[in-house]
Amino acid sequence: MRPGTLSPRTLKRGLIALLLPALLATACVDEPGAGAGASGDDIKVGILHSLSGTMAISEVTVRDAELLAIEEINAKGGVLGKKLVPVTEDGASDWPTFAEKAQKLISQDKVATVFGGWTSASRKAMLPVFERNKALLWYPVQYEGLESSPYIFYTGATTNQQIVPALDYLAAQGKKKMFLVGSDYVFPRTANKIIKAYAAAKGIEVLGEEYTPLGHTEYSTLVNKIADAKPDAVFNTLNGDSNVAFFKQLRGSGITPQTTPVVSVSVAEEEVKGIGPENVAGHLVAWNYYQTTTTPANDAFVKAFKAKYGADKVTSDPMEAGYNAVYLWAAAVAKAGTVEVEAVKKAAGGISIEAPEGTTTIDGENQHVAKTARIGLVQADGQIKEVWSSPGPIKPDPYLKSYDWASGLS
Amino acid sequence: MGALANQLPIGLSIAAVLLLIALGLTFTFGQMGVINMAHGEFIMAGAYTAYLLQGFTSQSFLIALPVAFVVAGLMGLLLEWSLIRRFYGRPLDTLLLTWGVSLVLQQLARDIFGAPNVQVTAPGWLVGGVDVLGVRLPYNRMFIVVLAVLCVVGVWVYLTRLPAGRRMRAVVQNRELAGYSGIATGRVDRFTFLLGSGLAGVAGVALTLVGPVGPSLGTFYIVDAFLVVVAGGLGQLRGAVLAALALGFLNGYLEFWTDASLAKVLVFVVIIAFLQVRPQGMFVLKGRTLV
Repeated sequence: MRPGTLSPRTLKRGLIALLLPALLATACVDEPGAGAGASGDDIKVGILHSLSGTMAISEVTVRDAELLAIEEINAKGGVLGKKLVPVTEDGASDWPTFAEKAQKLISQDKVATVFGGWTSASRKAMLPVFERNKALLWYPVQYEGLESSPYIFYTGATTNQQIVPALDYLAAQGKKKMFLVGSDYVFPRTANKIIKAYAAAKGIEVLGEEYTPLGHTEYSTLVNKIADAKPDAVFNTLNGDSNVAFFKQLRGSGITPQTTPVVSVSVAEEEVKGIGPENVAGHLVAWNYYQTTTTPANDAFVKAFKAKYGADKVTSDPMEAGYNAVYLWAAAVAKAGTVEVEAVKKAAGGISIEAPEGTTTIDGENQHVAKTARIGLVQADGQIKEVWSSPGPIKPDPYLKSYDWASGLS
Repeated sequence: MGALANQLPIGLSIAAVLLLIALGLTFTFGQMGVINMAHGEFIMAGAYTAYLLQGFTSQSFLIALPVAFVVAGLMGLLLEWSLIRRFYGRPLDTLLLTWGVSLVLQQLARDIFGAPNVQVTAPGWLVGGVDVLGVRLPYNRMFIVVLAVLCVVGVWVYLTRLPAGRRMRAVVQNRELAGYSGIATGRVDRFTFLLGSGLAGVAGVALTLVGPVGPSLGTFYIVDAFLVVVAGGLGQLRGAVLAALALGFLNGYLEFWTDASLAKVLVFVVIIAFLQVRPQGMFVLKGRTLV
């Protein structure tokens, strides 16, 4: 039998192999990151999503939507007469990798801006990189709020455009007892803090609050706890693959959408497909956009997306927010007349486009976007039917300053 | 009280899932000493087999069980023949090797089937559940329990009643002597791997009833599978059964009294404490090799 020890020679070789890429990476980082994006006839833009690992399930579709927007803009002549050239990097579902690749895109590729991220953990990892380099990140996913970096534009919903309207909707439906289910990380825990503050102020009883690790697949015990507590509604902030296990195991338990609807904030068309529409039909979701949303811009978006990626593909809220991010940035650049970051930031406030979800306007103050809130009912065919929408776009309020009950939160 | 009683069948069904995912590993890891990190990807291969077969006939779900056994089994055989047989006796190297293989297989699945989860529609007779004495029994979980029992019985019969199984045990207990007695140990190794991987494929089909079907499916189950095998004692069928039952009920009740994250921590604490007292696991394989 071979001994399990390493010979000094192998050890040395291994060390060199490990260190070499790291050395190369630092060498690249050390280059001065002066130039911003535009060279000759091209403008380089970075796209940074997880193309491998557990988050690839969601982020690949957002990348596809962003590439579509870039292609469309190029077909119409580009920005400032220059073509956009995407530089794609893989964040690999690993938060330090996101920070590393962001630095690479900024200092080595010298991109004008970056579109990327999904999980709040990846955004939090990239935030210091973008602030330090004074570079721009466009983040396309709904999140827990309580953040407003001067170098990030948030094109997904903050809490007052998704979670708060969903709670208003449940309250209006006469739901008095709620059960909170979430994955164990920053977004669900922060979201539930907000939900509990809301519930306390509006006389809603929270019967239980349960968290499961990311990637958890065993939900029979949790479902039993829900069945035992008998809530009027379940508020679901589970993320990723866990949703599939949760809904499949909920269905066998005798809990039906008629008696106990589950409201999800991280289940969109793409996830419904993976869960199996029959397992989630009749439950509710809260977003700002559905594939079924009726606007002229959405008809064009859905048609173009299916033409490029296949007729069986669906479009979802984060994809649409990523698609919008590219257009919003392009509009800001056109207004500023340059890709220079500070000028683009200044020009971005008040920029408005007719997006697939309707009119979306950048709030210059907190760099979020005014969006219409929509509650949807999952259909047996996997599409989502809108059952309620806010009267118009809701002004973003990441710190919930305009809500009395939220005063103790931030 | 009703909820507490409900936890009994839940504990049993968690145990059944654990047993299904670990059964194949008792062969490849327990008997052959290969730390097979790609075991989870064989489970994934089984799940995708169910996905590909659905829609062909009304009973495609049942047909998928043997087909997945063959598909995952052949993948295991290929892995053993092409790579692992060059690494016997080097457990740490097989760990790295099979981990690499698992990453390759995951990315392969992502390229073939796409990154998002796919949907495997459960057959109608497995949808819903029945109330027995106020205890809710979902059909899909009952099916998994029955399947786990069948697999264990099948493996037991194979190991104790069939010549091929006896040959396998002979090779595990004393490779040299088995070789000198005329057993083609190389061929037995390959077949052991086929069997272990094939069982992972069967588990994969069953798991489509209760879990996600996607490229990272295997990563969700691999740690639990190793826990069962290590706690049960390497290469021990009854050890695996007992460990799966113990871990299933432990998981079920600890999560009921605390929450999912804490229950996971507590289960690990219990296992670590147990392995301090009995590092060899619940049962010990009585080999005749001089170590």
